Amino acid sequence: MTAFIAGPNGTADFSDTPLWLSVVKALFIFVYLLVSTLLVIWFERRVIGRMQQRPGPNRNGPFGLLQTLADGMKSMLKEDLKPANADSVVFTLAPLITATMCFVSFSIMPLAGDVTLFGHRTPLQLTDLPVAVLMVLAVAGVGIYGIVLAGWSSGSTYPLMGSLRATAQMVSYEIAMGLSLVSVFLYSGSMATSQIVQAQESLWHFIPACFAFFVYVVTMVGETNRLPFDLAEGEGEIVGGYFTEYSGMRFAMFFLGEYINMFTVAALATTMFLGGWQAPFGLPDNGWWGLLWFTAKLWFFMFVFVWLRGSLPRVRYDQFMRFGWKFLIPTTLLWVVAVAFYVAAKNNWFGGPILQIAGRDYSLAVLIVIGVCASLVIVASWILGDRAERRAAERLPQIPVEVDPFAGGYPVPPLPGQRLVEPGAADDAYAATKEVSRG
Amino acid sequence: MTNPYVPLLILLALGFGFAALSVGTSLVVGPKRYNRAKAEAYECGIQPTPRAQGGGRVPIKYFLTAMLFIIFDVESVFLYPFAVAFNQLGLFALVEMVLFIITVFVAYAYVWKRGGLEWD
Amino acid sequence: MTALDLAFLAASVIAVAGGVLAITTRQVVHAALWLVVSLLGVAGAVLILGAELVALVLLLVYVGAVVVLVLFALMLTRAPIGPDTAHAPGLPRALAAGAVGAAVVTMLLSVLIPLAGGWGATVDRQSADSPRVAREIFTTWVWPFELLSLLLLAALIAALAVSRIQRDAP
Repeated sequence: MTAFIAGPNGTADFSDTPLWLSVVKALFIFVYLLVSTLLVIWFERRVIGRMQQRPGPNRNGPFGLLQTLADGMKSMLKEDLKPANADSVVFTLAPLITATMCFVSFSIMPLAGDVTLFGHRTPLQLTDLPVAVLMVLAVAGVGIYGIVLAGWSSGSTYPLMGSLRATAQMVSYEIAMGLSLVSVFLYSGSMATSQIVQAQESLWHFIPACFAFFVYVVTMVGETNRLPFDLAEGEGEIVGGYFTEYSGMRFAMFFLGEYINMFTVAALATTMFLGGWQAPFGLPDNGWWGLLWFTAKLWFFMFVFVWLRGSLPRVRYDQFMRFGWKFLIPTTLLWVVAVAFYVAAKNNWFGGPILQIAGRDYSLAVLIVIGVCASLVIVASWILGDRAERRAAERLPQIPVEVDPFAGGYPVPPLPGQRLVEPGAADDAYAATKEVSRG
Repeated sequence: MTNPYVPLLILLALGFGFAALSVGTSLVVGPKRYNRAKAEAYECGIQPTPRAQGGGRVPIKYFLTAMLFIIFDVESVFLYPFAVAFNQLGLFALVEMVLFIITVFVAYAYVWKRGGLEWD
Repeated sequence: MTALDLAFLAASVIAVAGGVLAITTRQVVHAALWLVVSLLGVAGAVLILGAELVALVLLLVYVGAVVVLVLFALMLTRAPIGPDTAHAPGLPRALAAGAVGAAVVTMLLSVLIPLAGGWGATVDRQSADSPRVAREIFTTWVWPFELLSLLLLAALIAALAVSRIQRDAP
């Protein structure tokens, strides 16, 4: 499809990339992320505004584009408060950890294929590691400390609760996220992002790994603490979450971290499932075109984030944890096993004849694996769906068919579907109650 | 060709430099007006709880969640190299992995039955 | 001294310094943080030796999970801001612990330094990429791998027993 020079390990080729060019690329990624953050905050407020039938910020600059910059300047000039009983070193360290760690993951994202930059032919990717995706997960793991420490060091009750919640939430969804990526590794046989993009040349992974894609999108919202999963900052319950005590620039660092983390998880989704910088429908994607497609896919996810925020209410913490632990993790694990069997059958490890259907070769083992998985899914959804319906029916209150309009001497309106008792009988009932109350 | 981790460290340094610079600048530029009420812990205007730390204990559920997280984390850590090398490993590795996953599933089912996954 | 040797030295210094600070600080949460620094140093050293997967697994499991568990456990009992004087060991016990620690370090060094090739040894990068690690796990080390699942099972049951969650009284 494109001029993609494979290196010795089948990954991107950095042989023509001197160190100074890496510095330039690092600066480019840094500026790209900062500008994207400035834009996405404006974008979010404008789109949410449209969804709620109001204009949104439109005063600073054309269409209000400079609003975020103005907000940033304002927080720079604000007083940076520190509570009296805070741990001063850790209180400053926590936002720094968050703001530093959020940039790192982007270094392995392939923003485009090979481009010519200052006379050197180099992939538009800062660096390529054979364990790149694990690196993203590990960096996210270190980034959690920003949240834990922010809550603990504030020396205040609500931030502590918020940070505990946020941490438990992020670690819970991190497992499902990691497991959903395993099926992509199975398909592409690598953890290097450049090779994963290359493996999607003929078919993007979101089709063969459709369930993993669904799980990833759910966990990506959970990992970034965005609505409907923004339990860490549930204003009605715990004020503002782990950054309640923060103000000024230290608060802005958390804000920045949250938005760049959104870009990071979206970029990972793009790379793992949506073909990275590759263009759809055979459109040109060589050289700098790749950056366009990559950015377009990134912003598609940004719109999904905003859309979710505009349409869904916040879930309850127990619902959130139940969904993560009782649905996402077991099903994703089963999905990984199913994909492993599918790939094994495709490698012809089970033997069996090759069938010719509609001019294409299908191994019998592949068909059997797909059939077994599909029928298991149907049976499971049948049994579990039945059980869920029964439980829901049990949970409904039992409404009696007849209602006494003067129960205990007070008028009671009938519920929908209820029938009033005959007036005579009602009188008797009224008398009976009187009798009882007198005796 | 440089070591692939060097560019990563460059970006790390860039990010840290930016964060430290902005926080530092705001400390210099921003106003400082001392007020005892401002330095109190924020609890919606009421008197702050005297001992947020030390006295306040968190529910055991968080501990259990972290424990479960470690176990599944260790499991998924084994899945990554398995998935990457799957095509070279052969059927035997698949059988081993299925056995491993079944054992972890037993643990998972036990926790579920004992109510370890309930949060309400 | 090559660049790798210098990097290894730096990572080791970070690891050792983090460890020393973790045991000498008076503040429990700071001790956990110094442990993180120490683990980051160890991960860096492993990375420099060429085992990328192992280094990242160290980060994922130890930094991302185990120390988080430690922090949760600290907050379960108490995690005060400021020095924790109630659990100060006192001079005799500190000296005894220091002596035991020094003895262990001496013993390990006397075994490990000849193994690594003496004091003048340089960094010998071995490529331990993921497929190779996987091949080793699923051929040579099958039994430990399968036994590990039983270990995880036992750990989970123990965690449930410690947290004492009853089905009827959540």
